[in-house]
Amino acid sequence: MKYLTEYRDAKLVRGVVDKIARIATRPWTIMEICGGQTHSIVRYGLDQILPPSIELVHGPGCPVCVTPLELIDKALAIAARPDVIFCSYGDMLRVPGSGRDLFSVKASGGQVRVVYSPLDAVEIAKQNPDKQVVFFAIGFETTAPANVMSVIAARSLGLKNYSVLVSHVRVPPAMHAILGSPSNRVQGFLLAGHVCAVMGYHEYPSLAEKYRVPMSVTGFEPLDLAQGILYTVRMLEQGRVAVENAYARTVTFDGNVPAQNAIHEVFEDCDRTWRGIGTIPMSGWRLRPEFAAFDAEKRFDVGDIQTKESPLCIAGQILIGMKKPHDCAAFGNECTPEHPLGATMVSSEGACAAYYKYKK
Amino acid sequence: MDTPLNIEGAVCPVPLTHNEQIVMGHGSGGKMSHDLIRKTFLAAFDNSILRTGDDAAPIAVNGTRLAISTDSHVVTPLFFPGGDIGKLAVCGTVNDVAMLGARPLYLTAGFILEEGLPIETLQRVVESMSAAAKEAGIQIVAGDTKVVEKGKVDGLYINTTGIGEILPNVNIGGAQAKPGDVVILSGSIGDHGIAVLGARGELGFTSAIQSDVAPLNHLIEAMLEADKNIHVLRDPTRGGLATTINEIAAQSKVAIHLNEQSIPVKPAVNAACEMLGFDPLYVANEGKLIAIVPPESADKILTAMRSTKYGEDAVVIGEVKEDVRGRVLMKTAIGTTRVVDMLAGEMLPRIC
Repeated sequence: MKYLTEYRDAKLVRGVVDKIARIATRPWTIMEICGGQTHSIVRYGLDQILPPSIELVHGPGCPVCVTPLELIDKALAIAARPDVIFCSYGDMLRVPGSGRDLFSVKASGGQVRVVYSPLDAVEIAKQNPDKQVVFFAIGFETTAPANVMSVIAARSLGLKNYSVLVSHVRVPPAMHAILGSPSNRVQGFLLAGHVCAVMGYHEYPSLAEKYRVPMSVTGFEPLDLAQGILYTVRMLEQGRVAVENAYARTVTFDGNVPAQNAIHEVFEDCDRTWRGIGTIPMSGWRLRPEFAAFDAEKRFDVGDIQTKESPLCIAGQILIGMKKPHDCAAFGNECTPEHPLGATMVSSEGACAAYYKYKK
Repeated sequence: MDTPLNIEGAVCPVPLTHNEQIVMGHGSGGKMSHDLIRKTFLAAFDNSILRTGDDAAPIAVNGTRLAISTDSHVVTPLFFPGGDIGKLAVCGTVNDVAMLGARPLYLTAGFILEEGLPIETLQRVVESMSAAAKEAGIQIVAGDTKVVEKGKVDGLYINTTGIGEILPNVNIGGAQAKPGDVVILSGSIGDHGIAVLGARGELGFTSAIQSDVAPLNHLIEAMLEADKNIHVLRDPTRGGLATTINEIAAQSKVAIHLNEQSIPVKPAVNAACEMLGFDPLYVANEGKLIAIVPPESADKILTAMRSTKYGEDAVVIGEVKEDVRGRVLMKTAIGTTRVVDMLAGEMLPRIC
């Protein structure tokens, strides 16, 4: 395919990897933030051809993995209501809550629909005026513009039967938390290309400077990833701290300003619990008070929910790059994609699922 | 903002096994389907024929070797580019019977019809079945009709059962792959799954992709005429190429090595998969087959395939080895090697 196969060209990728091998004189630990990048790295086996001194660790950038249990349980409670059509991105259906998942709710008669775009959920609301339509608005900065657009569209259509269950997370506060941790061993970052396509990368130079960690805005194809690693290793070797753009065909410094404006019109910053990690201050987005009418948590009484997690799974450590899937005793044994113990095994963007699928 | 994370205390979700009720994943054709078959159906019906685990069952009646298979079809929508539920119901069973190296002869058809279904719709479906039966050279010789209340089924469901005669000197089955064998694929993958998604309006864009649904028995006859030395034949339907190849690797206790670059995927299918985050390796096909043959027979069989309508794009996509038995490995586009696993549960909306 045009502009795709070029970025999967073995010769070009090997060429960049050779450059990395030539300049790398010391071991370096680099984190790719985004789960989509983790998936791509193991799918193409890029880690197999990197010099052994370059270690890639996997970041918390899988929105499905980090959505807090409490929110999943709220989603399950709302989706089970007979008056509700619950719309979600497909991956969320398999994420376990405390005892059930959306597939189980669907099998028990709940109306759960997979949509590719939140605007499809708005359309469903329009066509079903006698039903409450709820969209599970999760994700990082990447899905935020589409999610807020659905709220803006519902408002302009005057829809009274549309609401969103919001669990949005942001990348920079998570990086803050990882870099500020006493056990941090990440020396360089591959920034998530699609997050930066929306937000630009002006948020990152201060972060890089504060923790003295170089970063490269990086795409998702093997050549993009190799390029991002090359830029990061080069800065590390030169002792230089900066944010460089290795994904310039998609990302600009300022990002997509109209999308950012839409996000800030609808969302405001808030503390957010990350599943398997804990609460990271001001790391999430929630609806602004003026959009409270579209807040599913307010519309439905979903109450306090007791949550319990399996003690077997080390997903939390994997999500912040402390451990790799192979370090977990449950990996591939008790924990498989069809019987996931942890969210990292559930989503196709989750590090454990990627490892299980491609390098079990 | 600067509070360090308590990373030692990180914990994770409880397991969900879906042992209590049927969920969509049980019908995906992937691991959940296999588990259900093993734990529920095989446990109850266990016998040596069922245990062969092929697309059709080999049986013998008075010394005549027969292949028998059954399949239910529940596709939505009933009509899609390149086919419809009727054509699918005939071809699906014809193909399953033919995959044992049998000549399909007769089919039965059971219809479950929803109250309110337009007769005109049913008429179109049976005309399509008639055309497909004619192309395959088989007869539909028995049938059954049931009508259920509105809302109990989605329009109509069709079950077909087929029977065929296994050709002499042919010994084909999923457990026959041997180290050194060559893996052949009859054409591009993913066409059916993407065509059905497109017909459901789930792509969000229009596509010209046609389902590949077709009867493959004449292709198989041409292959066997060229060389009877075929070890495995299987059509990669639900679960896609990856799932079917994994089934064969497990049944034959061999390693199968694929070469990603040699697996044909149409640009439009690839584009749809890229946009939706699907892997064509797991997308359903209804008119393709995988043949595993000894290396000395590969050229003859490939030439015979390419001379037929449904095998003209046949290619070699890999080989059978013995290094990691039961596993499928693939050489990636950038020359590294990765594991190719079965489809786990429901990845795509149900397709057939």
